[in-house]
Amino acid sequence: MRRRILTLTAALALLLTGCTAADDAPEDGVVRLRFQSLAWQKESVDANRHLVKEWNATHPDVQIDYVQGSWDSVHDQLLTSFEGGEAPDIIHDASDDLADFAYGGDLADLRPLLPERLRADIPARSWETTTFGEGIYGVPFLQEPRVIIANRKILESSGVRLPTPEEPWTWTEFRQITQDLTRTMGSGRYAVAWPLKEPVSVSLNLGLSAGGQLFHREADGRVTVRFTEADAVVPGTIHDQVVTDRTAPRTTLGSGGSDTLPGFFAGKYAMVPLGFAYRQQIAQQAPKGFEWTVLPAPAGDDGLTQGVSPQTLSIAEDSPYKKEAAAFLDFFLRPENMVRLARGDWMLPTGTTALADPALHTARDGWATGAAVAERLRPAPAQSVRGYPEWKDKVATPAFQEYYSGAIDGAELRRRLVADGNRVLARYQRK
Amino acid sequence: MSALRTSRPARFGQYVALLAYLVFLAFPFLWLVSTAFKPAPELASLHPTWIPKDPTLANFRQAFDEQPLLRAAGNSLVAAVAAAVIAVAVATPLAYVTARHRGRLASAATGWVVISQAFPFVLVIIPLFLILKNLHLVNSVVGLVLVYVVWSLPFALWMLMGYVRAVPAELEEAAAVDGAGRLRTLVSVTAPLLVPGMVATALFAFVTAWNEFFFALVLLKTPEKQTLPVVLTHFLGAEGVADLGPLAAAAFLATLPSLVVFGFLQRRITGGMLAGAVKS
Repeated sequence: MRRRILTLTAALALLLTGCTAADDAPEDGVVRLRFQSLAWQKESVDANRHLVKEWNATHPDVQIDYVQGSWDSVHDQLLTSFEGGEAPDIIHDASDDLADFAYGGDLADLRPLLPERLRADIPARSWETTTFGEGIYGVPFLQEPRVIIANRKILESSGVRLPTPEEPWTWTEFRQITQDLTRTMGSGRYAVAWPLKEPVSVSLNLGLSAGGQLFHREADGRVTVRFTEADAVVPGTIHDQVVTDRTAPRTTLGSGGSDTLPGFFAGKYAMVPLGFAYRQQIAQQAPKGFEWTVLPAPAGDDGLTQGVSPQTLSIAEDSPYKKEAAAFLDFFLRPENMVRLARGDWMLPTGTTALADPALHTARDGWATGAAVAERLRPAPAQSVRGYPEWKDKVATPAFQEYYSGAIDGAELRRRLVADGNRVLARYQRK
Repeated sequence: MSALRTSRPARFGQYVALLAYLVFLAFPFLWLVSTAFKPAPELASLHPTWIPKDPTLANFRQAFDEQPLLRAAGNSLVAAVAAAVIAVAVATPLAYVTARHRGRLASAATGWVVISQAFPFVLVIIPLFLILKNLHLVNSVVGLVLVYVVWSLPFALWMLMGYVRAVPAELEEAAAVDGAGRLRTLVSVTAPLLVPGMVATALFAFVTAWNEFFFALVLLKTPEKQTLPVVLTHFLGAEGVADLGPLAAAAFLATLPSLVVFGFLQRRITGGMLAGAVKS
């Protein structure tokens, strides 16, 4: 009886502890890597699948298993997978989601793994978005600036000057133009609709154009929030358009970009500031005869600069085949492939060679406007600051929402972002 | 009796409230059906209509072209049916014991049921993942079914305890007087009376497992094993952008099995819920 109990206990222990050592070595000599992609639109999924197929056909010893993930749940899924040691080998995500995983040791430092070609092809400003501490934890490969999608007929018939990347509107000019446009459009119609479901990223990313920075790294390495006059330019313009001028409707403040499109197509709004990739939806859904154009976002003291959080490809620290995974990334992100991926997602590639491709400089669907502002894209402010997600959710989002709707004034916005915000950040920076 | 009679205006008010409640419940589903048959430009109309002006099946075609919906539905069906059958099989005897033999065990079981309902998914998912990993049950439908059974068991037990209590103990005592043993009494007298309750509980477990998303997302790694709710998220992009037409079409199809199962079992459920309510 005792022997039986011992045998049972041993079997249970074996079962519970698992036997993972043997899992690392491929039984048939073929290395299998799991690549979790978040591509979701047909053209983009097709491009991804095609590249994986191409790799698998030419690399019989290293096979890629393509797994489709979802933007909606990727953070929770990765968090659990990392904790359980079952994360995909190659991970598609966005740079603003990487900080916790990078600092937590879940992602591999790519510096010793990536080929010089890829390192040199992507500009330093893009690498900054995936640099956490000393290491690089993802390859930034696709990015989208925020642009203004405009109803061409309304703008041209009003006689306003159409901005170009070379001669963009200033924020002051933009406010004036929205006043003029709203007057000519008639009642119930607005010059601009701001979809501000995510008010923090819009405010901070566009704020860079006016020289806003908000987050400042002090000499001792700590990060503090300061709200300067430059930081107030973009939020102030939006606030004035909604509350003072009534050139932007209050109703879209809680909306996502897609929610504003019906009003845009119906001529209720002349312009909608949106991410560059929204052009695909517009091309698909616009009624016949609807003419639209892509304009650069307004410029401030720092020109057309704006913040972005590029899509990234990372390698799991636990993956036993990091070199093979890096070799796949090198293939996947060759310039010609980056162009295919960018076109599939209606975004801009980070690689300079890919960005020079003529297909991304056509006037059709506004590609040229996006490509022209690509070199002004910088890392989104604060994405590498620890405590940023809590600051964003608990302090900044409600503060911006109330400010834009007119419930609080600029002084209160400043107080909340700075005083309340620094209290949150301080908790993450205790030594 | 007269105290129970309702005046006409009150009855009218009740029907109006009932109708409003039905509309409230049906609205999302009807809107989903409407969206599923609309072409892309109509989806972006400022003045959407209930009836599509230019109805199309293109969304269904696109949904099937882009995602393996049938395979995912098959996976969901296997997981949901298995979870429902096992949950009922385990919960029924347990419910009988806890309902009939009140004591420390019954109190502990009841307490466990209440406490277990308070656990959020996120609290248990990582330990659960680690346990299943050690049991080599990650990325396995068996592991997923196990989780669904455990997750639905407390509520199933709670439901079935109510049904067991509704069966008069006198019936069992009468069977015993007639010479039936404990097993015979359970099989021939009690079990048939519990069938409606078991069906209702199975339906609850089925719908819970059929709709479940997060465990399936985390536990199933290969596309071949993914369930329908996970595959539906593939129509969603970043920042809440969605491929609305195909998503609505796929979501509409995903709701059909629950409706069909509920339609077939409705009478039994109603019968089960009323069992023991009236003393004849």
